[in-house]
Amino acid sequence: MHNIFLIIQREYITRVRKKSFLIMSIVGPLLIASLWIVPIWLSTRQTEQKTIEILDDSGYFMERFSETSSLKFKYIDADLLNAKNEVMDGDSYGLLYIPNINLHNPEGITFFSGKNPSIEVIQDLEWAMRSVVEEIKLEMSSINQATLDSLKTDIDIDMINMTESGEKAGSAGIATIIGYISALMIYFFIFVYGIQILRGVIEEKSSRIVEVIVSSVKPFHLMMGKILGVGAVGLTQYLIWLVLSVLITTGISSYFNISRTDGLQVPAGQEEVIQDSQGNEFVTDMLNSLESIDFTLLALAFLVYFIGAYLLYGSLFAAIGSAVDNDSDAQQFQLPVTIPLIFSLIVLTAILREPDGDLAFWLSMIPLFSPVIMMMRIPFGVPYWEIALSLSLLIMGFIFTTWLASRIYRIGILMHGAKVNYRILGKWLFMKN
Amino acid sequence: MNILNTNNISKSYGDFWALKDINIKVPKQSIFGLLGPNGAGKTTLIRIITQIIFADTGKVYFEDREIKEEDVRKMGYLPEERGLYKKMKVAEHLIYLARLKGLKRTEALDKIKHWFNKFQILDWSNKKVEDLSKGMQQKIQFIATIIHNPSLIILDEPFSGFDPINVNIIKDEILELKRNGATIIFSTHRMESVEELCDHIALINKSNVILNGTKKDIKHQFRTNTFIVDHEGDLPSYTEHFEVVDQNPTEEGHTRSTIRISNGKSPNDLLSILLNKVEIHAFQEKIPTMNDIFIAKVNEGINA
Repeated sequence: MHNIFLIIQREYITRVRKKSFLIMSIVGPLLIASLWIVPIWLSTRQTEQKTIEILDDSGYFMERFSETSSLKFKYIDADLLNAKNEVMDGDSYGLLYIPNINLHNPEGITFFSGKNPSIEVIQDLEWAMRSVVEEIKLEMSSINQATLDSLKTDIDIDMINMTESGEKAGSAGIATIIGYISALMIYFFIFVYGIQILRGVIEEKSSRIVEVIVSSVKPFHLMMGKILGVGAVGLTQYLIWLVLSVLITTGISSYFNISRTDGLQVPAGQEEVIQDSQGNEFVTDMLNSLESIDFTLLALAFLVYFIGAYLLYGSLFAAIGSAVDNDSDAQQFQLPVTIPLIFSLIVLTAILREPDGDLAFWLSMIPLFSPVIMMMRIPFGVPYWEIALSLSLLIMGFIFTTWLASRIYRIGILMHGAKVNYRILGKWLFMKN
Repeated sequence: MNILNTNNISKSYGDFWALKDINIKVPKQSIFGLLGPNGAGKTTLIRIITQIIFADTGKVYFEDREIKEEDVRKMGYLPEERGLYKKMKVAEHLIYLARLKGLKRTEALDKIKHWFNKFQILDWSNKKVEDLSKGMQQKIQFIATIIHNPSLIILDEPFSGFDPINVNIIKDEILELKRNGATIIFSTHRMESVEELCDHIALINKSNVILNGTKKDIKHQFRTNTFIVDHEGDLPSYTEHFEVVDQNPTEEGHTRSTIRISNGKSPNDLLSILLNKVEIHAFQEKIPTMNDIFIAKVNEGINA
């Protein structure tokens, strides 16, 4: 046991000291932070207000368009030819020409501009005209705006999760996000650090250090030491990422908040105010439904599934590394190990559609799939007995794969130059030590 | 007293017998040559002794009792296929290997200092292994093997990759280790170093021990009653007492004859016969080299 600790220590220290570890520790959080910051930056970027000239021969639309943050309107009274020339020479974005139209069948409305207008502008204009026409028609049918407003009823279904500890507001959205993030974290961790185990074992084998080591250490201890050491490196990396990401994200978003309040001093357009209040509502909704998720359970489950999944797959990667002489030979054996991982990621959308369906249940019982699948399901609420069953199966699963791997490993690390296939691996399993 | 003996060790891989009923005794403070052609089973036997693998049947005794797991700490094993972690620093690497053998960090550091002084390589400590030449790495591996003062040192082809100067340095170290009480099991194809270093020998061929004993006894056993005589004058090629097997002129203008005497005759008998016939300048028994014995025994196995 003393030796396994020494092995973990060596694996940990030599890896953490590498330049690539330092680089990944810094680049990782920058990437994560940029995922948050870029959308914020984009949303706070003011789009330039465009001036649209309106030439209205019908007279229906005079002074009826309301200015938005992106569009303002200038009503002109000229003949079309002059108006067009003026647009070409002036600063306006374009000219909206409305001929004398039939309200029930408007035809010949044209937008003139110097360059191709953006779809957004055209859609805004169409929307604006449509609402004006609607208003006029309503007025013609003697329905006023107040009546109309009273007709519109906003429907919003509140989601309540009924649990033994009471009812809580739920949100499919937030559960999906949390589920996805934790499932992806497990997936990437296994992939990145599983491959590191594989490489490490191959390196030990091809540099021929392994026979020196196993004359002092049991092969099983060497294997477990490597798996645990690499795992500890990975956890350290995740922890650094977590701390740095939080620091960077809060740092930068607080900077953006300040510039936003600065912006508020300038009278903002009505629409922006509406958007903001909607945004706040969304945020409070999110915050409320966050309460519906049992975070203690989630964090615990994440930790346990994370470790279980890592040990399960890690030992398989170690076994592959021991059986081959170089990275390229490892490819053929890597595939069957990575397929269940990739499969559980692909199937996530189906799980989302029915988080407590049959597929979700059975997949979360199979140890190869359960960590990723369960992390997707738990935010939606999973009965405790299912979690307990799935965890016991996972524990049995990794005990089994560790046993399997150690049987292959003890033989494999001492074999050089042998062409290995599945039949030979099978033989090694039952070979006496 | 034997530091190690094996009792009917057998090991098979499927249908293939790697070792069959191996009995060897390694006396304490000896240099024991474990010889045999490639694939004879030497490495398998060494791996069983170092408990990397286990025998199907038979037992290994260490210091006259059944071997225990902790006994590997009293062994130092330099495998034929050996290497180091390329990215580690030399001193750090040695500390790691020493600690795996149960040494404390400070003990390991003292030992490293001692050996680096001895080999005059103190400035290597902070170099990365990958920056060392192959010969330098071999030296580090040798130090790693003996850093924990093992009582049984197992060296598998220790000289491969060394230049002649370093071979001599290592040879001297091996002899000194023996003087200080260590036992060395020495597996090699280089018969001249067996000749030079080993006291005891076991020859393994096709999974069996075909020769086992002290070097002296084995050589005695393989005496062919042949003598090399440098002389002036002619000799009959065949008499009832002797037979001339080979004859060549020497640089000094004498004749060198290889003479086999008949059974029951002693070297003195031959000398007295020769004295009457020729003038003798040199007389020496032709003792078979380990190389001759090795080839003869292994070929015997092929012809059988």
